Amino acid sequence: MIDPVARDLWCAIVASAELGPRRRFATRLLGVPIELTAETAGGFAARSSDRHLPVIERYGYLWTSLGDPVPLFDIPEYDEPDRRILNAGTLQVATSAPRCVENFLDMGHFPYVHTDLLGAEPHTEVRDYRVDTDAGGEIWATECVFYQPKAAANATEGQLTEYTYRVPHPYVAILYKSCAEDPTRNDVIGLFLHPVDAETSRAHNFLCMVDSVNTESGMRHFQQLIFGQDKSILENQLPKRLPLDPRAETPIRADKSSIVYRRHLTELGLRYGVIRPDESVAG
Amino acid sequence: MNLPPVDYAANRGWYPVAASADAVAGHVVAGRLWGSDLVIWRDDNGAVNVWPDRCLHRGVRLSLGTNTGTELVCRYHGWRYATVAGSCTYIPAHPDNAPAQSMCTSTLPVHEYAGLVWTTLDGAPGSVAVGTSPEPFPVEHDVNDHAGSAAVPLWAMTVNVGTGTLEVELDGLRKALTKLVGAEVAVVLQPVDPDAVVVRPLAVGEAAPAVDVSALDAAAELLSAFARRIESGAGANGDYDGNSRRSATEARGYGQVSPHGRTVSTGLLDVEVVAKWETADGIVAFEFLPVEGAPPLPAVQPGAHIDVHMTADLLRPYSLTNGPGDTAYRIGVKREPDSRGGSAAMHDFVTVGDRLTISHPRNTFPLRRDADHTLLIAGGIGVTPLLAMAQTLAATGAGFELHYFVRGPGHVAFADVIQTLGPHAVVHHGLDPAGTGEELASLLAEPGFGRQVYACGPGPMLDAIRATARSAGWPDDTVHFEYFQNPNDLDLDSTFEIALSRTARTFTVPAGETILDVLRTNGVAVEASCEQGACGTCVVPLLDGRADHQDVYLSDTQKATQDRIAVCVSRAETERLVLEL
Repeated sequence: MIDPVARDLWCAIVASAELGPRRRFATRLLGVPIELTAETAGGFAARSSDRHLPVIERYGYLWTSLGDPVPLFDIPEYDEPDRRILNAGTLQVATSAPRCVENFLDMGHFPYVHTDLLGAEPHTEVRDYRVDTDAGGEIWATECVFYQPKAAANATEGQLTEYTYRVPHPYVAILYKSCAEDPTRNDVIGLFLHPVDAETSRAHNFLCMVDSVNTESGMRHFQQLIFGQDKSILENQLPKRLPLDPRAETPIRADKSSIVYRRHLTELGLRYGVIRPDESVAG
Repeated sequence: MNLPPVDYAANRGWYPVAASADAVAGHVVAGRLWGSDLVIWRDDNGAVNVWPDRCLHRGVRLSLGTNTGTELVCRYHGWRYATVAGSCTYIPAHPDNAPAQSMCTSTLPVHEYAGLVWTTLDGAPGSVAVGTSPEPFPVEHDVNDHAGSAAVPLWAMTVNVGTGTLEVELDGLRKALTKLVGAEVAVVLQPVDPDAVVVRPLAVGEAAPAVDVSALDAAAELLSAFARRIESGAGANGDYDGNSRRSATEARGYGQVSPHGRTVSTGLLDVEVVAKWETADGIVAFEFLPVEGAPPLPAVQPGAHIDVHMTADLLRPYSLTNGPGDTAYRIGVKREPDSRGGSAAMHDFVTVGDRLTISHPRNTFPLRRDADHTLLIAGGIGVTPLLAMAQTLAATGAGFELHYFVRGPGHVAFADVIQTLGPHAVVHHGLDPAGTGEELASLLAEPGFGRQVYACGPGPMLDAIRATARSAGWPDDTVHFEYFQNPNDLDLDSTFEIALSRTARTFTVPAGETILDVLRTNGVAVEASCEQGACGTCVVPLLDGRADHQDVYLSDTQKATQDRIAVCVSRAETERLVLEL
């Protein structure tokens, strides 16, 4: 039986622009074979072997579900007319979706994994930040500050950059980062995970930027470079399913957001792609 | 030549995981045994480490990491693990924190013999034989003869069948290889997965060194043909069945061993004095190693100290001068004219060959390694913790200067170590207090982003550094001190109440007694070392109430925050303090 919590989630399967007219996209969702099609009359359809599945188009992606999903979370910035919106790339990763979410929330790896892009030694400190869960059950990590060697294309020296992270859905993480062109607004970068099975994910890199300078291919290239660096780490992480027992690994203060994320998944009762605290853990 | 006995059915015993020649200095090798991923790396002293291939923090393979020669650095968050002990020595996300002793990876027993690196999973957390003690390496030989009986490993190869299928073929393979290379050949198996085994042939005996490259190539071809034949199921017995190799019986006991679950003792350590020498006028240096048969000493973080237990109730803290990778502990002891028995006893009575009891290293003077530039200022014997820091910074190539103030040239301790620091170390001789003051003013003239100061020495000198740094504009969380003793006159006159939040107990601290005294009287265990507010060992979280701080360990900013207290000397400004105990 499929985990009912995972079954009832909307999951982003494919960028709608990449599913042209009369094209089909066959994949698996939570291990179940599914197929998405663009209808001749316009619109999209999704089905598994035995039935039709609900489908919506949001934020440039097609979302479907094997169950009965609640309405999808909101990204208000998506509706601002001057935003540049694109799928900067979809990459398959040989690990669970929650491992990908947790890595996205982590700043401590910037100097080591994204060297000279998002961080640089010796400036490795993760200062204390806030983590709250709002009334809607979304996780917000705020006042996150990290040293960035080259915060903008034309920056010559490093600076402390502030980030806000949001987890509105067990398989989605969103980053808000003040934009170079207009410090009063935030660039929005999302990671939408499609759990192919418990230990395989497809990661969609969603960009919603205030940027009149960079080319679309430049933005894609940067985002794919960053995620490619993460992918090599994620695929070498054991176990592949995220252990929810706080004693299974060694969390430190800097991991506050991941501690809250793991606790949140435990409270939701999610079973897919995780190792529950009550399951015996081999190591 | 003898080889360790094997028991494939029980998954017990010693097996090879790499050729000695694979574990090259500076490199990191991934290996696998009984379904468990292992990381294998050799330190600059030649010792080989075999650990579970997962970082304690987030489970990323350590085999992606960097071998610094003394530490293995995780690729994900830069956690550093010391050679031999496996203790985590530094967590870059929290540069101001000293990782706890309990942050220590499981380590596996290692033995080099016959040109191979051998290990056993017996006793490892997560293994079939968890909770047992691993047997010592079962072949007796001269431990310095890593090559065993002049063995030469031939090409090793993974064969995708189970050990059961392979074992019956081994004699034939051994004979064919013996004939081919012109030397006696032994074949050792490294079980990897239920359906994969690394076959490791060795040329042994007197003719082994004569085996040449063309013979090695020919042996590799023969082995490759052997692997193809076995994998295709055309084994000599013809009973090979592709499905049976994954049978449950054979798969039993395969799985990952865990980096977690190692119990790290925090009790006392028994060491032997292996060297004692006069390193400067009035300063004697000691070197300690574990007593015979005891495990290696825990890894040392720069800034750490140990307590030497002179007698049951006489205990003296000494900073360790160790650089990264040192497996012996080194301390310097200055003869104090008014010695209460500590330094005089160390000078006069302790000699090479003696056994001493010491505490685990404790780090209350941790070194931030995220500075662009670090200024180390030492006065006299205060150089000891700074030597450990200087060697650590030198090893990573960080910017730093060590300024060492001494009375005269004869007072320079550990001159050999100072010399290795080259232009990073400056010794200042024979300055009077005014001259020292001027020098300090010039050293501390420029605070700035990414600059840190560490100072250890006599109280008046540290007070001068504190005042100079403050007037030059250094934020007080960038200037770190270690005092030998607390120069303040302690005021023990007040009476107040303490409440313990975890155990919900309340006690009164009367005049003349310290919080620490009262806690001990009531059986509440709190670690303490100097007991005079200098070392910081006894600092506990303060949840409510205002402390009357009398220590010299906490910075002014930390004192003002009122969130922690050194219970050996500090008291209460309010009627009641709530401690997190």
